[in-house]
Amino acid sequence: MTTILGINVFALLGQLLVGLINGSFYALLALGLAIIFGLLRIINFAQGALYMLGAFLAWLGLQQLGLNYWLALVLVPLAVGAIGILMERTLIRPIAGQDHLYSLLLTFGVALILQGAFNHWFGSSGQSYPIPDALKGGNNLGFMYLPTYRGWIILVSLVVCLATWWTIEKTRLGAYLRAGTENPQLLQGFGVNVPVMISLTFGFGVGLAGLAGVLAAPVYSVSADMGANLLIVVFAIVVIGGMGSIGGAILTGLAMGVIEGLTKYFYPQASSTVIFMVMVLVLLFKPAGLFGKEA
Amino acid sequence: MNTATAALQTHSQHTPHVAGDEKIRISDLHAFYGESHILHGIDLYVNQGELVTLLGRNGAGRSTTLKAIMNMVGRRTGSIMINGRETIDLPAHQIAWLGLGFCPEERGIFASLSVEENLLLPPDVRSDGMPLEEIYQMFPNLAERRNSQGTRLSGGEQQMLALARIMRTGANILLLDEITEGLAPVIVQRLGEVLQQLKQRGLTILLVEQNFHFAAPIADRHYVMEHGHIIEEVPQQQLHARQDQLNALLGV
Repeated sequence: MTTILGINVFALLGQLLVGLINGSFYALLALGLAIIFGLLRIINFAQGALYMLGAFLAWLGLQQLGLNYWLALVLVPLAVGAIGILMERTLIRPIAGQDHLYSLLLTFGVALILQGAFNHWFGSSGQSYPIPDALKGGNNLGFMYLPTYRGWIILVSLVVCLATWWTIEKTRLGAYLRAGTENPQLLQGFGVNVPVMISLTFGFGVGLAGLAGVLAAPVYSVSADMGANLLIVVFAIVVIGGMGSIGGAILTGLAMGVIEGLTKYFYPQASSTVIFMVMVLVLLFKPAGLFGKEA
Repeated sequence: MNTATAALQTHSQHTPHVAGDEKIRISDLHAFYGESHILHGIDLYVNQGELVTLLGRNGAGRSTTLKAIMNMVGRRTGSIMINGRETIDLPAHQIAWLGLGFCPEERGIFASLSVEENLLLPPDVRSDGMPLEEIYQMFPNLAERRNSQGTRLSGGEQQMLALARIMRTGANILLLDEITEGLAPVIVQRLGEVLQQLKQRGLTILLVEQNFHFAAPIADRHYVMEHGHIIEEVPQQQLHARQDQLNALLGV
């Protein structure tokens, strides 16, 4: 057993890896929340439930339709995104412009309904989803054993987060999005169809939750409350990163996963609260969040 | 051929109000923000190639008139014809595509976009907009600072950017709101030159202006607004004769 300064390096690296995997999910979900908050100014409390929906759709697809993992990885985020667009058009748009509280309560209600329905249909015990054959097994990296599927989660999450960040910060489409976040009325005056842009953005943000759900299905058990547990942590992450900050959401998501992992090694009792302690500190000393702009 | 051209020119000079010449024709326009009734039956027109100003004190409804044309107010009734097409029921995002470019009073430079991104943001609403290179020649400051954050520019540069942004889209009807507000005289003079150039290119301009001395030499006609009404229409030729009356109305 390798120890340096009394630290068990293997155990530490193991916790770091777990942290990075959790961080991958945090980043994907926080990114979706940040995009939606940026453009629509609504706090989507249903993000966790839609992540759960993504996992369930993947599981149901496999059980009922024989839909394999790879197809699910593409189709489920699209389906969840489409559900998101429907939700935006029918539920969120009518209360656009009202106080934040309305959309928060509305999306919270949607989350409870989804959770309740899946709890009723499938019970509270988790369903298991097999790891696809191509991603079974793992590699011994010398200092630790990396299960292939866990590496895959980190890879997909990083690629999707970076591609999203790049699209928003560096492309013309992203410029529309940033401009729409600042002054939707003027952007509309320039001839951009902002209502459609809002629907598609909501769909995309929610689709990211669906993607996270499919990625999670083989490693976490697929259950009705899998999203609820995650959502509160993800909210803390969005607050730490700064509401609406795209890069902030991604970096903070990964960083908080790692910090959680480190805490699990050094002081396991605090591991489930460390993110909230960071949130309190950030709110005390930099209320707009680490990457947020002061209002 | 020459006589035909001359005949056409003479013809157009003598009949400035034919429908085909009208780029904007507003009739009985009312506009509302929530419960408040801001515009009370506006009638105005702007012909092809004209530069027309909306004068008046703060709160007279001049900016609201421009916003109402862009469908950026709460509710509007009446008629707004652009190029002979009724737009009162047109969604806001379709208005620009009739060839309109709007420069809002607060300039509307996007802080999260660079100068060049701000320039490239509005979609080309017509095909013959000014190419980026030409814009940079016209406004060398913008070229120099193309990668700066849009709102890091000085007030004057931001105003140039806001103008250049809609010149690039090919819009041939410009709605400009208080473009000289708070700017140094030398910048105001430069803006005047730019407007002259735009006029020479045949663009139609509706200008909301506080600075009467800026607007007077370049405009073809003036409307004076008060309490959401148009109370006077003054052709350029009558400007001198009616200077005292205008000064009284505008409180200058």
